[in-house]
Amino acid sequence: MGNKLIFLALFVLSLPAMARESAKDNYRTYCVQCHGMAGNGKGVNIRDMSVQPRDHTDAKAMSTRSDDTLFKVIKEGGLSIDKSVLMPPWGDTLSDDEIRDMAQYLRTLCKCKYGGS
Amino acid sequence: MNKLLIALSLTCGLAQASWADGGMDILKSQCSSCHNLTGPAPQTLKEIWARKGPDLFYAGNRYRKEWLIQWLQNPTQIRPAGEFYEDHIKPGPKRDVVDPSTLKPHVALSKADAEAVADTLMTLKPKSDLIAKEKIDDGTVSLSMGEMAFDKFLGCMACHRIEPDYGGLSGPELYTAGKRLQPEYMASYIRSPQAWDPKIWMPNKHVSDGNIQKLVHYLEALSKEKENGK
Ligand code: HEC
Ligand code: HEC
Ligand code: HEC
Repeated sequence: MGNKLIFLALFVLSLPAMARESAKDNYRTYCVQCHGMAGNGKGVNIRDMSVQPRDHTDAKAMSTRSDDTLFKVIKEGGLSIDKSVLMPPWGDTLSDDEIRDMAQYLRTLCKCKYGGS
Repeated sequence: MNKLLIALSLTCGLAQASWADGGMDILKSQCSSCHNLTGPAPQTLKEIWARKGPDLFYAGNRYRKEWLIQWLQNPTQIRPAGEFYEDHIKPGPKRDVVDPSTLKPHVALSKADAEAVADTLMTLKPKSDLIAKEKIDDGTVSLSMGEMAFDKFLGCMACHRIEPDYGGLSGPELYTAGKRLQPEYMASYIRSPQAWDPKIWMPNKHVSDGNIQKLVHYLEALSKEKENGK
């Protein structure tokens, strides 16, 4: 019993406690490679991609997406909303809190909200 | 617990290596300013941005020894946008582009030093538990089927090159991966990049077992193509 408790304690202590990173920093690290330094869809990777990444500064297109859709596509990837597989799922990289922060950050890039701009 | 085990096995690995040869002396004096030789992998974005070269603390689980010996004498570029990619790109007229002036050539070693370093690196195996979970079957896949999976169905080409001038730039070129990497490592990394490097900008695409086998066979076949020979 005692042993098991100690084992459990060690296990819990050694779980990686990932700090919550800011959406801006996460965007720089994970999204800029395709969506671009300016968030305009013109990333360093795009030349040979058959579907081009979304322009996150496009208020018209971005305002047609609800926060729930943004959450889903970031967490589960393009296929989950019938979009391209080239938009990857980030659920193993970002926590749910970080994904919610990211959806709000995208609203600052498009300067838009759902249903209107 | 895991971390303790890793730390322990790593310390043993290091101690063993420094008795065996001068490889660890070279690594510590000439390489440790850019390469992490002791782990753990970066746990925060700040740490991963500050990384100056790939982690080598699990080199024995990762690389093929023959490749290490050759590459260390004749290093060539592997990551088109360096490490960390965002430090090596700038806005261009049509899209962001790599800024080559920020990428420096890699230090080269003599044959004897390359062999000593490769011997030592191959003893660094703190992640053997992950490797042991992978079994590569001896099937094959045609290059065209493999490419279809890699490009179309799984979207890996967005970040990786599968020939010298085709594919994305933020990940390492993969047309040489079969020469560079152990097949079980490739399988394990594709299964979960985060198990190796929690903050890396390769996503876990939840690739099925069958497709992992297919991709590893494809990458092995790809690096045997003549035009990819290096
Ligand atoms: C490997 C390249 C790549 C990376 C990295 C990437 N994306 Fe995308 N993203 C795409 C592509 C391609 C599309 C367009 C998909 C389509 O229209 O079918 C897209 C579309 C989107 C969309 C719009 C989906 C819609 O409703 O139409 C959002 C939102 C998005 N990405 C957010 C992100 C965020 C946030 C990140 C970083 C965590 C990210 N992307 C990283 C390639 C990428
Ligand atoms: C100034 C920083 C720096 C120093 C010093 C340095 N390296 Fe590197 N090393 C790098 C970078 C950056 C890369 C990635 C190159 C690429 O991907 O094109 C790299 C790549 C490698 C690789 C290939 C790893 C992979 O996964 O692609 C090996 C092996 C390696 N270095 C070993 C060494 C050894 C051994 C030494 C010491 C003799 C050393 N390096 C010194 C920066 C450095
Ligand atoms: C969003 C960009 C991105 C996508 C999409 C992506 N990768 Fe990666 N990949 C990376 C990065 C970044 C690394 C880490 C390289 C390093 O350690 O420097 C990597 C590493 C790897 C490695 C190990 C390479 C090495 O030298 O250690 C393999 C194998 C690999 N990827 C295969 C794949 C496959 C197969 C797919 C599709 C299922 C894929 N990748 C999708 C960015 C990506």
